[in-house]
Amino acid sequence: MVFTGAFGEPILTKRYGVPDSHTLAVASEYGAYDVLRQVVGKREPKSIIDEVKASNLRGRGGAGFPMGMKWGFVNPQPGQEVYLVVNADEGEPGTFKDRTLMENDPHRIVEGCILAAYALGAKRGYIYVRCELALAIERLEHAIAEAYQAGYLGRNVAGTDYAFDLHVHLGAGAYICGEETALLNSLEGFRGEPRLKPPFPAVAGLFGMPTVVNNLESMAHIPDILERGGAAWSALSRLEQDGGVRLYGVSGHVRRPGIYEGPVGLTLNEVIYELGGGLLHPDRELKAVIPGGSSTPVLRPGDIVDAPDEKHPLHRWHGKSHLDVCMGVDTAKALGTMLGTCCAIVMDSSVSMVDAARNLMRFYKHESCGQCTPCREGTGWLVDVLDRLCDGEASEKEVDLLVEIAGNMMGNTICALADGTAMPLLGMIQKFSEDFYAAAHKRPRTQLHDSWAQTLAS
Amino acid sequence: MSFELDPSREARFQTILTRYAKSRAACIPLLALCQEQAGWISPEVVDYAARKLNLTTAEVKGVATFYTSLHQRPMAPNVVWVCRTLSCELRGAGLIQECLEELLGCKTGETSANGKFTLLKAECLAACGEAPMIQVNDQYYERLTPEALAKLIDELDRKTAPGQVAAIGGAVAPDVALSDVRLRKAGGI
Ligand SMILES: Cc1cc2nc3c(=O)[nH]c(=O)nc-3n(C[C@H](O)[C@H](O)[C@H](O)COP(=O)(O)O)c2cc1C
Ligand code: FES
Repeated sequence: MVFTGAFGEPILTKRYGVPDSHTLAVASEYGAYDVLRQVVGKREPKSIIDEVKASNLRGRGGAGFPMGMKWGFVNPQPGQEVYLVVNADEGEPGTFKDRTLMENDPHRIVEGCILAAYALGAKRGYIYVRCELALAIERLEHAIAEAYQAGYLGRNVAGTDYAFDLHVHLGAGAYICGEETALLNSLEGFRGEPRLKPPFPAVAGLFGMPTVVNNLESMAHIPDILERGGAAWSALSRLEQDGGVRLYGVSGHVRRPGIYEGPVGLTLNEVIYELGGGLLHPDRELKAVIPGGSSTPVLRPGDIVDAPDEKHPLHRWHGKSHLDVCMGVDTAKALGTMLGTCCAIVMDSSVSMVDAARNLMRFYKHESCGQCTPCREGTGWLVDVLDRLCDGEASEKEVDLLVEIAGNMMGNTICALADGTAMPLLGMIQKFSEDFYAAAHKRPRTQLHDSWAQTLAS
Repeated sequence: MSFELDPSREARFQTILTRYAKSRAACIPLLALCQEQAGWISPEVVDYAARKLNLTTAEVKGVATFYTSLHQRPMAPNVVWVCRTLSCELRGAGLIQECLEELLGCKTGETSANGKFTLLKAECLAACGEAPMIQVNDQYYERLTPEALAKLIDELDRKTAPGQVAAIGGAVAPDVALSDVRLRKAGGI
């Protein structure tokens, strides 16, 4: 389900819901490639990078790195080719936003890629899409074919002498390939194992060449940024240094799970109650929210911001619930979590956090690439201990063991998967320790599937 | 038995090959094409891909075994993936998996006795807002209920001929419209 317009007019999603919006004919009627024709061959590439810097766009893939700054790192040496790589691996549990862009408005993505490539001087670009998304892939490939036919891609982009080729490259089922350097290895035909950084992709990326890797949603904002101007687009946000609009996702125990558009800086309470329609069960309470994909530490509605100091980044929300803070890359960090992909997972009071933890740790165990010992062994150990705990075979001491294992994973690996496993688990244990100890004391609890059986019956 | 791509897939492979500065980048697309035709990454497929890309069989096998959607054994014509990750789990994925095991008469990881279905557990398939969901070959079925699921499996079962060869990507499209399968319950839209 995709909904737009709950908070202001839709911008990124303005073509969603228009019949056949994925075709060139319809997308063009609604403005696709207008910006491209005004920009390619007419504006200096450097001025586009400046515009993107002014937009304050923070990457939508999870880390929230400023996009303009990343582009500024690209400085090809003589004889080097610059590559554009777009990340549509979308594997972070709870995240399902990029898929809607590919299905509803693939031409916006193609236009964004061409504009980015022109700014960066890239001649070839690849969109790495997870292979399971059949409809998204079909529409994206069709859009690319149409763009070639219309002369927006190929040897003479929009009638200029700028040449750019864009291809879809399919993954084969591996969450780790969303990590940018694993993605590059996978694209080159290797196992999807992350590379040591530095060198960063901007210096030595695809085939050893300077490469920009951006999330697919990041790319899709470019036409709007150039149409409105970077500063004006930035001002759509409720926050500073974190500009524009973005996609919000909500799943789990809400009445209207789905993808929505809104300004940067909606609160989680707005996401849950206004976008998501509130809790599914009127007789249950909100227990926990994972704010931006499973790797981001959980938040509790009852926690209050304590920031009396005027210089504190959260001072504006002093005395309010964590779920009333405008969510941005920096505010989420100040809350001790991460904005991540901005797709929230909502859990009501029927859930025991120990079961949620086991579910997610099984995911990470399956998806660890196995290169680094702390991650390969650690994820396995976490699942073993959580299995014992959930099955009533563990003692209190094993809750401490979980903390110890997670602590040994953090900061000791090549990529961020291990931290993205350990941090949310530690958050769950810290904030919901009673659930873990209750399991250790073998107290009865509602199982996740029983909770749902009650839902179906009601 | 040696393996070779059929002419139309060979043509697709040649197009793909032109897209990269190094031919090895076509490795995963090539394996996907082979699997589309053969149903899995057999030892013959590994030999074939290695020869074609000038790699060792160990290199190709190393790649093939890394990725979840490249199958290391033959699959039934309907590969059923049930997502069990958290968002789906919160909306009944456990029940869906139980129903599937009962309907198909096999455990997860196995192929049904009639050879028409292989049931596998999936990790998050980027459909969390449409939970619970399954994927059958390359088609998603979302917002499932036990009733909708039974209808879907029945339809797929009738559409699959006994002894039909697996062809991943060539989904056996059921007549059940997606709108029938989606659940509009519990205050959802
Ligand atoms: C384990 C792991 C998985 C990731 N998965 C994705 C993903 O599926 N999609 C994505 O865009 N970024 C993902 N990232 C983040 C990328 O490494 C990278 O930061 C991002 O694609 C950069 O784009 P952006 O600056 O536009 O956000 C992942 C990172 C890690 C550590
Ligand atoms: S959790 Fe099932 S699709 Fe994401």
